[in-house]
Amino acid sequence: MEGVLNQLPIGLSIGAVLLLIALGLTFTFGQMGVINMAHGEFIMAGAYTAYLLQGVGFLVALPAAFVVAGLMGLVLERTLIRRFYGRPLDTLLLTWGVSLMLQQLARDLFGAPNVQVVSPAWLRGGLGILPYNRLFIMALAVLSVLAIWAYMHKTGQGRRMRAVMQNRRLAATSGIDTGRVDQRTFFIGSGLAGVAGVALTLIGPVGPTLGTYYIVDAFLVVVAGGLGQLRGAVLAAIGLGLLNSYAEFWSDASLAKVIVFVAIIGFLQIRPQGLFFVRSRALT
Amino acid sequence: MAISEVTVRDAELLAIDEINAAGGVLGKKLEPVVEDGASDWPTFAEKATKLIAQDKVATVFGGWTSASRKAMLPVFEKRKALLWYPVQYEGLESSPYIFYTGATTNQQIVPGLDYLKEKGKKKLFLVGSDYVFPRTANKIIKAYAAANGMEVLGEEYTPLGHTEYSTLVNKITEAKPDAVFNTLNGDSNVAFFKQLKSAGVSAEQMPVMSVSVAEEEVKGIGVDNVAGQLVAWNYYQTTDTPANQKFVAAFKAKYGADKVTSDPMEAGYNAVYLWAEAAKKAGSTDVEAVKKAAGGVSLDRPEGKVTIDGDNQHVYKTARIGVVQPDGQIKEVWNSGEPIKPDPYLKTYSWAGGLV
Repeated sequence: MEGVLNQLPIGLSIGAVLLLIALGLTFTFGQMGVINMAHGEFIMAGAYTAYLLQGVGFLVALPAAFVVAGLMGLVLERTLIRRFYGRPLDTLLLTWGVSLMLQQLARDLFGAPNVQVVSPAWLRGGLGILPYNRLFIMALAVLSVLAIWAYMHKTGQGRRMRAVMQNRRLAATSGIDTGRVDQRTFFIGSGLAGVAGVALTLIGPVGPTLGTYYIVDAFLVVVAGGLGQLRGAVLAAIGLGLLNSYAEFWSDASLAKVIVFVAIIGFLQIRPQGLFFVRSRALT
Repeated sequence: MAISEVTVRDAELLAIDEINAAGGVLGKKLEPVVEDGASDWPTFAEKATKLIAQDKVATVFGGWTSASRKAMLPVFEKRKALLWYPVQYEGLESSPYIFYTGATTNQQIVPGLDYLKEKGKKKLFLVGSDYVFPRTANKIIKAYAAANGMEVLGEEYTPLGHTEYSTLVNKITEAKPDAVFNTLNGDSNVAFFKQLKSAGVSAEQMPVMSVSVAEEEVKGIGVDNVAGQLVAWNYYQTTDTPANQKFVAAFKAKYGADKVTSDPMEAGYNAVYLWAEAAKKAGSTDVEAVKKAAGGVSLDRPEGKVTIDGDNQHVYKTARIGVVQPDGQIKEVWNSGEPIKPDPYLKTYSWAGGLV
């Protein structure tokens, strides 16, 4: 019985991990329709940033990883993705290629084996079933969501971002520089992946292929939650986390994956656009 | 090549260099051709075909997962070429065109179980990745447990590359086993040990016996997370033999002082020497001649004395149980005393009757 109860906080903490890895993607995929397969490698870049900054302090790594991954995203957007807007399949192949190149780059820079990121001492131990590092990840997820919400709803840049998301052409005719908005969105979306990468060093491997372990889950959350929908991403992440947690508890990890996939496919049959979506004629 | 394969290749190249420096084999220098299986099973088969048919190599050293070996096996059997496979594996195989220089089950898993039994660990929980090696290994473990009065409380598999272990850790702590037998593969070990450690499960109260965690993996998992845990292999960097001192020194000199050596690397390194010795004995690098000459070839290697068993083309190896130390090295706490005769089908173990 205790085990069953334990699965509730475990499910929420899995949800927090899902939310962190998917948050950035919600915007790059949601606003810009870019299927960014290199998102996982931005997560990896964040994890390696934490590795490089180990002596400096774990909390310093969070903003640093945001900037590192964000800049990588910005460069990717400016040099390549910008030329492929409106061609989702081409972008998919393109970013997948970029992701392979980034994995090899990481291998050349840091070597193929996993590297060790020592968890800070204040994150050792735990509260009940949840270790402090899981609670930290949950807190970080909540903070990230709040920060994004505040950015979108309380700043001018955020307002312009929402305008472009809802109707790109109308936003452009209203004088919004959509190119700049795209750049910013990509910077923030990729930066969030970097933050997720730092958090993941607490619980998972840190190696060149780290991103590949999370990219599919990230897309699942975005698709189930609805493109560009903050509350959709939050609810989908928590829902999938809990589903994952209980499905694995009552069956096993492989079957739990199947159950989650089937549930998502079934759900998308009923709501093809995800939990939430903007009703607008311009959205295609 | 991912994670650990690279280091096996490096160890094999070191052996080739050393053999060449000592005059080569039959008056000829060895020339390596390196191909990358890219952790993709069909690619392993394709590259093996290329090495045999196009490069016309004398022999091939390589393979990593059991799946990669199973993919290459028909290629080598069809083309009557020779493969030296350097990784511990699940046994139940004996191809006439493969030499197995890593441990089979009775040289690693069975000694690992013997050790747990000796320590009074009666209740086991089995954790593995969802593919051929862990599933076969666990079949053997369950048969052993049934025959030796041990109890298996749970058996769980996770997909390859799985990184979320909190549910599994919860299941383990609820089952309260005396020990965990771990056959997870690669990066999953990192996530598993990190999450086990942060759940507050210590090696003293519930040791984990691993068969795929060596010195190289300890670095990636983080020593903090795995110190005190048990591993079963045939070789550690700390193994005290004259040949090992030479091997470790030569490896560090060639690849860097911060590099570690591990069991699969040593098995790959041995494979090159064993082949060279068999070829010298045969007076030819012809596959059939080498195969015929290989039986009984015996060398003092870093892990101790190794001898090729001509019947099943496996190698006599000494089993060693180790404990991960806070400095990342592994300290041997038990060994089998003498090299164990390889028995891939466990024919000499009465409890294993139903397995094959």
